[in-house]
Amino acid sequence: MAAAKNAGQSKAEAATPPAEAAHRPAPNAPQFTREEDLHAYHEMLLIRRFEEKAGQLYGMGLIGGFCHLYIGQEAVVIGMQMASVEGDQVITGYRDHGHMLACGMDPKGVMAELTGRRGGYSRGKGGSMHMFSREKQFFGGHGIVGAQVSLGTGLAFADHYRENGKVSLTYMGDGAANQGQVYESFNMAALWKLPVVYVIENNRYAMGTSVARASAQTDFSKRGLSFGIPGEQVDGMDVRTVREAATRAIEHARSGQGPYILEMQTYRYRGHSMSDPAKYRSKDEVTKMRDEHDPIEMVRKRLLELHGVPEADLKATDAKVREIVNDSAEFATNDPEPDPSELWTDILLEANA
Amino acid sequence: MATDILMPALSPTMEEGKLAKWLKKEGDAVKSGDVLAEIETDKATMEVEAIDEGVLAKILIEEGTEGVAVNTPIAIIAAEGEDVSAAASGGGKAKPNGSGGHPAPTPDMQAEGQADKPAPAAKTAEDAPRAPAAPAVITNKAQEPVMAEFPADTPMVTQTVREALRDAMAEEMRRDPDVFVMGEEVAEYQGAYKVTQNLLQEFGAKRVVDTPITEHGFAGIGVGAALAGLKPIVEFMTFNFAMQAIDQIINSAAKTLYMSGGQLGCPIVFRGPNGAAARVAAQHSHDYSAWYSNVPGLKVIAPYTASDAKGLLKAAIRDPNPVIFLENEILYGQSFPVPKLEDFVLPIGKARIHRPGTDVTIVSFAIGMTYALKAAQALAEQGIEAEVIDLRTIRPMDTDTVVESVKKTGRCITVEEGFPQSGVGAEISARLMVDAFDYLDAPVLRITGKDVPMPYAANLEKLALPSVAEVVEAAKSVCYK
Repeated sequence: MAAAKNAGQSKAEAATPPAEAAHRPAPNAPQFTREEDLHAYHEMLLIRRFEEKAGQLYGMGLIGGFCHLYIGQEAVVIGMQMASVEGDQVITGYRDHGHMLACGMDPKGVMAELTGRRGGYSRGKGGSMHMFSREKQFFGGHGIVGAQVSLGTGLAFADHYRENGKVSLTYMGDGAANQGQVYESFNMAALWKLPVVYVIENNRYAMGTSVARASAQTDFSKRGLSFGIPGEQVDGMDVRTVREAATRAIEHARSGQGPYILEMQTYRYRGHSMSDPAKYRSKDEVTKMRDEHDPIEMVRKRLLELHGVPEADLKATDAKVREIVNDSAEFATNDPEPDPSELWTDILLEANA
Repeated sequence: MATDILMPALSPTMEEGKLAKWLKKEGDAVKSGDVLAEIETDKATMEVEAIDEGVLAKILIEEGTEGVAVNTPIAIIAAEGEDVSAAASGGGKAKPNGSGGHPAPTPDMQAEGQADKPAPAAKTAEDAPRAPAAPAVITNKAQEPVMAEFPADTPMVTQTVREALRDAMAEEMRRDPDVFVMGEEVAEYQGAYKVTQNLLQEFGAKRVVDTPITEHGFAGIGVGAALAGLKPIVEFMTFNFAMQAIDQIINSAAKTLYMSGGQLGCPIVFRGPNGAAARVAAQHSHDYSAWYSNVPGLKVIAPYTASDAKGLLKAAIRDPNPVIFLENEILYGQSFPVPKLEDFVLPIGKARIHRPGTDVTIVSFAIGMTYALKAAQALAEQGIEAEVIDLRTIRPMDTDTVVESVKKTGRCITVEEGFPQSGVGAEISARLMVDAFDYLDAPVLRITGKDVPMPYAANLEKLALPSVAEVVEAAKSVCYK
């Protein structure tokens, strides 16, 4: 069920998407070239291995506080990034490590922030949920569910004001999609035709509450209908369908037609955070998704079977990614904590006037 | 019998207005509901309707007259055939116009800053006590600022706070194309309190943005635009409504610079009226000065004079940090001298000694200054010279100026309309305990709003707010007099 447009199509099966219905491999999925699949494989694998390592470091007590892993959802952000251009802004909630890596932020800086070290993107003062890169146009990293949606709409307001042709890619989860300010933002974005693509990453659980238990309308692509915002449900486990829908949505926003909603039907393999009771869903459900719909395995299979890439090449990629991740972990482990004087910096900027 | 038609108030805070036009002439028969005249203020216009049948016997205020005080008789309506030649102005039975009568003018709110205007008529009778003890009824002229922040020979113009704020925004918008203003009714309506008057005409709809009624959303959009480098001025119709948006102000605007290790500044101004106006009850009267001043990452400004309003708003707009700019509806219409300079910018974080004195320090800010200055005048008549400090900026707080004053006077009282617990006065008191302990000859006393939600009833509202009498009493108390 790839990229089915709202208009005119029956969404009966999508209304309460069971695992199979939502993630049946798209028969007519757009094809990637060998290079595109190689790129997607590398990028998604980097996120996967990085997050696995973060989980390990958390278990070792090197990462503290909250830590929300993106494992399982990699195809969403990578497919979106493959459709965006340099200068487009990205903003998301607290499950944000994957977005940073996808934006090209240095894994060392991200991992060092997770361990609260001076080489972290926020010099150790933000942590897992609060990282930013002005250079990469990554605007966080937000810990208040839904707040990033108004902020991302504000980024689009700035693009619109400056007429710079950029688009704000504003991510939220299925949980955030029930926050009031999301709809306040939808209204203004549609009213002013702001260049924003709202990416709703529906991983089916807001913490431990399933979509069906939290949402009267479980088809999130329809959440903008009353504002006239077009939306699509997208197989978010297939990086190809993600990129295809993203291309359409971003073009819509960039061409001055206003906001667009993409509901990415995805799945997180790990718990909500590191302390997750895992009582709200069955092990079988998780296993089934991993075995049958893993976004990275799908690409790997295509590379081997469709593009004829030698397995040794993929192993080389695996090794390269592991090295990047291990380097980041080593840096994040050995980098010193922030100087105590950092406690008092970055509270206010010096006024020049 | 003859009935006086009185100058109506368009709002609880209106003190005077212009009689723009008479639509009936003397001798015309009128019936209930007929429009008699049009009234204008700098905020709004309204029609005066007849509430009795009769004849418009006499017009007392000619059309085009400016500065007509609320409650001034403007015409007399007589019964058919009645001889009104004897009925002098005020001789008839006064009947307020408009539905629901007219609100009492706010008593000791009458601006001491209006030094250039006569005190509004019919004021004394309204000057009922706000607190159990009757306050001294005082009228005094504004004290000129004593700290030179511009050359002494600078020409001054008289402006209302409203005009000064408007000019500040207009000047900064001319100076920097990244500055824009957004909020409810800021554009086509010309501002709910007319602070953004004519900005739409000058800068267009792109830079003067009417928003839907959606505080949480547009505050977030403003912060997002600021993170992207624009310099938004977000107007809240009142800071009471900013409660809907306070998450974006605190969690996003104030904290992102720190959380980003200094990468993402947030150059934004949140401004609008704060605190009590008059007769608007608990949900529209909250003073948030202390709340915002509690938060690192914010600057908080609460000016009293038009000059400070202008100089500090310009500074706030240029500041690379989020600034909470707390205005006051009652002060909007008050006039003060403003330096006529091409670019008048004041430093944020500097208090001003508004009135020098030797015996007791009174620290206040914003509308609290009106009580402080009247009290200082009353105290002077009783031989106590109070030094009145206007904080102007609540955060960062200029403790040095307060401490230096207390070293001289040995006594301090604070005046604010906000609640007592954890208030601005509590903060000053704590700082003096540390920084001026050896100089204090008496405990620091706080005059604040009472620890109750703001009531609606006029008498209760007066009791809930500070009063000049309370300030005088506290000052005498710390002077052991």
